[in-house]
Amino acid sequence: MEESESMEIGPRVILWFDEEFPIKWLRGVEINESAFFAILVGIAMVIFAIVSTRKMKRDPKGIQGVAEAIVESIYNLVKSNMGVERLMFAPLIGTLFIFLAFSSAIGLFGFRAVTADMNATFAMSIMIFFVIQGAGIRKKGIGGYLHGFIEPYPFMFPIKFMEEFTLPISLAFRLFGNIFAGVFIIELIMEGLHWVSESLVHLPIPIFQTILPLPLNMFFDIFEPFLQAFVFSMLSMAFIVKGMSKH
Amino acid sequence: MSGISSEAFVLGLSALAAGFVMFVGIAVGFGQTQATGKAVESIARQPEAKGDIFQTLIVGLAMAETSVIFALIISILLVVVNPLVGML
Repeated sequence: MEESESMEIGPRVILWFDEEFPIKWLRGVEINESAFFAILVGIAMVIFAIVSTRKMKRDPKGIQGVAEAIVESIYNLVKSNMGVERLMFAPLIGTLFIFLAFSSAIGLFGFRAVTADMNATFAMSIMIFFVIQGAGIRKKGIGGYLHGFIEPYPFMFPIKFMEEFTLPISLAFRLFGNIFAGVFIIELIMEGLHWVSESLVHLPIPIFQTILPLPLNMFFDIFEPFLQAFVFSMLSMAFIVKGMSKH
Repeated sequence: MSGISSEAFVLGLSALAAGFVMFVGIAVGFGQTQATGKAVESIARQPEAKGDIFQTLIVGLAMAETSVIFALIISILLVVVNPLVGML
């Protein structure tokens, strides 16, 4: 993403280690917002998992009940979309869903959403690409996998080959586009409200930015992240099943 | 035409193109209303399948939404980043 003079639309570098930093191999490393908050969301997920399973009881209560409800609903979703025999993909899909939802919803706290960076969404979709190919090879064997490319007719090989590679691109751009559009629209609205409250009230108090953007936040920071994470995981499930099935 | 610099010309055409790109919203809006109408019809016919229909509808709507989101990205890039001015 190119940067323009007027408005910054890429992630900012928020953490860097200069030449005097005591640890040698960290010198010159720059960490931008996306990487920082992705690591933060990952750490939060790990902490939640540890805390919720620390003192497990037979009848779940409190935080353990929440964790069990999440896990059970993810397993049910995977079971109804991929079948019981492919339940081993449930941890992958569940982690993907939770990570994508919360890393996009981080805009609620005023930070920049992780998935508004194309690198993050492409990382996810390339991982899904390798999972699809690996699951296909493991299920059908290398011969059967390669035979799948020329399955109905050999002249369809270019189309089938292209199909495999357009999938991660469209997955990544769909997620990036939705979240980035939300971030951009909220930024525009905030700028406009800033102008309104400066020119109407003549005080450095952001009156109009407090309550008015809340419906927008509700749509772009709560509804849209969960919807897009759901769509991402649904599509990856569908394509994993398609990659594993024989024609 | 003599008073307009080439940069201003490209900027104006970029803004026009950014507006035209969003015409894709017409098609997407039409498609989404069709899909939602059909979903309402099928829920009315089979209220017990509401959950499955709703889930499929949401995924389908998000897929249809994608093209208008792409158009929005193109128009944002045309207005904010101005890639065509750099080519001059």
